[in-house]
Amino acid sequence: MSTVSTSTRTSAPAVPDASRAPRTGLVNLPFLAIELRRLLRNRRTLIFTLIMPPAFFLIFGTAKEYKTTSVGHANVTAWIMVSMALYGAMLATTGGGASVSVERAQGWTRQLRLTPLRPATYVTTKVVVAMVLGLISALVVTAVGLASGADGEAGRIALSVALAWAGSAVFAAFGLFMGYLLPAENVMQILGPILALMAFAGGLFVPLGDGLFADIAKVVPTYGLAEIVRAPLTGDGVSVWAVVNVVGWAAVFVSGAAWRFKRDTARV
Amino acid sequence: MTFTETLPTPASAGSGPLAIDLRGLHKSFGTVRAVDGIDLAVRPGEVVAFLGPNGAGKTTTIDMLLGLARPDAGTVALHGMDPARAIAEGRVSAVMQSGGLLKDLTVLETVQLTASFFRATRSVAEVMERAGIADIGSRQVAKCSGGQQQRLRFALALLPDPDVLVLDEPTTGMDVEGRRDFWNALRADAARGRTILFATHYLEEADAYADRIVLVSHGRVVADGSAAQVKNLASGRLVSARLAGLDERGADALRALPGVQSVELRGDRVLVRTQDSDGVARHLLTTTAASDVEITARGLEDAFLALTGDATRTDDTLGSL
Repeated sequence: MSTVSTSTRTSAPAVPDASRAPRTGLVNLPFLAIELRRLLRNRRTLIFTLIMPPAFFLIFGTAKEYKTTSVGHANVTAWIMVSMALYGAMLATTGGGASVSVERAQGWTRQLRLTPLRPATYVTTKVVVAMVLGLISALVVTAVGLASGADGEAGRIALSVALAWAGSAVFAAFGLFMGYLLPAENVMQILGPILALMAFAGGLFVPLGDGLFADIAKVVPTYGLAEIVRAPLTGDGVSVWAVVNVVGWAAVFVSGAAWRFKRDTARV
Repeated sequence: MTFTETLPTPASAGSGPLAIDLRGLHKSFGTVRAVDGIDLAVRPGEVVAFLGPNGAGKTTTIDMLLGLARPDAGTVALHGMDPARAIAEGRVSAVMQSGGLLKDLTVLETVQLTASFFRATRSVAEVMERAGIADIGSRQVAKCSGGQQQRLRFALALLPDPDVLVLDEPTTGMDVEGRRDFWNALRADAARGRTILFATHYLEEADAYADRIVLVSHGRVVADGSAAQVKNLASGRLVSARLAGLDERGADALRALPGVQSVELRGDRVLVRTQDSDGVARHLLTTTAASDVEITARGLEDAFLALTGDATRTDDTLGSL
């Protein structure tokens, strides 16, 4: 049609055909590194996930009689510490998962569809980053706790904290689900209060005792995890209810996230 | 004779596979037919403007071209591949209208991150240089002007060294200087022989930067030809006259006049598009029974509106367009 249209490339192709096969791995290290850097740059996230939970712990958990009262294999302060570690990890993983909503709102996920990045790699990276933040949050609460009077059998405390972190994966799925479901740019402004409510209703902040609230608590997503996380410290077994609660909610959140994720990446 | 017939047939099966091959594309949203049967064949190396008013179906067509949307009917092939594979192999990339950037990243981080999604790319420094953003690498995306963000999108699109580059209204919302810089960068790249398809509703952009203009309206292609041909179409005048019972011989006589581009019969009126309106008027008034002769100038803008506007539904006024 014109001289331009028929001219051949003046430079040798930098991208030979053999290199055009898309990457297949689920983890892309530069992507992961930049995502972690973004996380540490986000001041609001850091305040919510790394400062609030230890602050709550200091307010609720350091009364003098808590340090001298045992729950079985640790003192009450340690019991409150692992509860707050779970709360911190939960906030962190929910926020990490929910960050997809901001990226959808900014059109970034759409842009990614114009690259070879597999949607599965994107979601995996989001979950890994959320779990990293969850780990940092749980460790910060633990460090503050141990420095301010939490005491007990070290192995059992470590197991509790590890369970809190592992269990928070359920909330990474919750965050993803909500991030894909809610259109808001600041989805954590909605989810923050919801998580606080869940923490209260599930007995994470204050003991449930008996009665109506204790019955309601059994169906709240934090209930099962709270019991499992505390079990090493109390030496009590884990009730069937707690396991059913965790497995049930995990199934709901994971399938919800998967459903919305598939919708998001489907061609319409 | 119809408008498109005055233009050469658009690129059809020539030698080698087509860079872009759209056939019978249809896409509706509810009752709105956004794309209503678009065929488009683009040969490798062509620079094509996809020109049309807002709502003509340009973005929907581009979404289908890139595999972001599924056509209700029709097929898309890019160098013989489906869009998903072409994207996965980095053979096609796109600069979208807006969005698609993370505001908290820097310009350099955005390019590095996008490069990590490919197995091999042009170097980060090279694409930033070519897109004219080498000097703002450390700037946060949120602090970049619209023009800078668009050049960043352009840099990202250059990373895989694509065979086909698609741009959806790339200069929307840019100031004059930003537009000029953007087109200069694109023009320099086009000289490398890449196939480029850009959507625009600016006639002057299509005219200045494309080898070929595809005019779309109401989800259909209404004209297709070189920029010069489209300009030529628009540069003439329209002579219309009442002339009942004009037969094919009479129409042929009109077509044989110098400068006549097309002759169209509409009811008892004959419409002649021509470069020489005086000659046509003289012929009509002296050798035929024509009466009520009107001569109107047709600017480029006028032709654009006539071809794409609602006032003249293409189906009845422009024949088979």
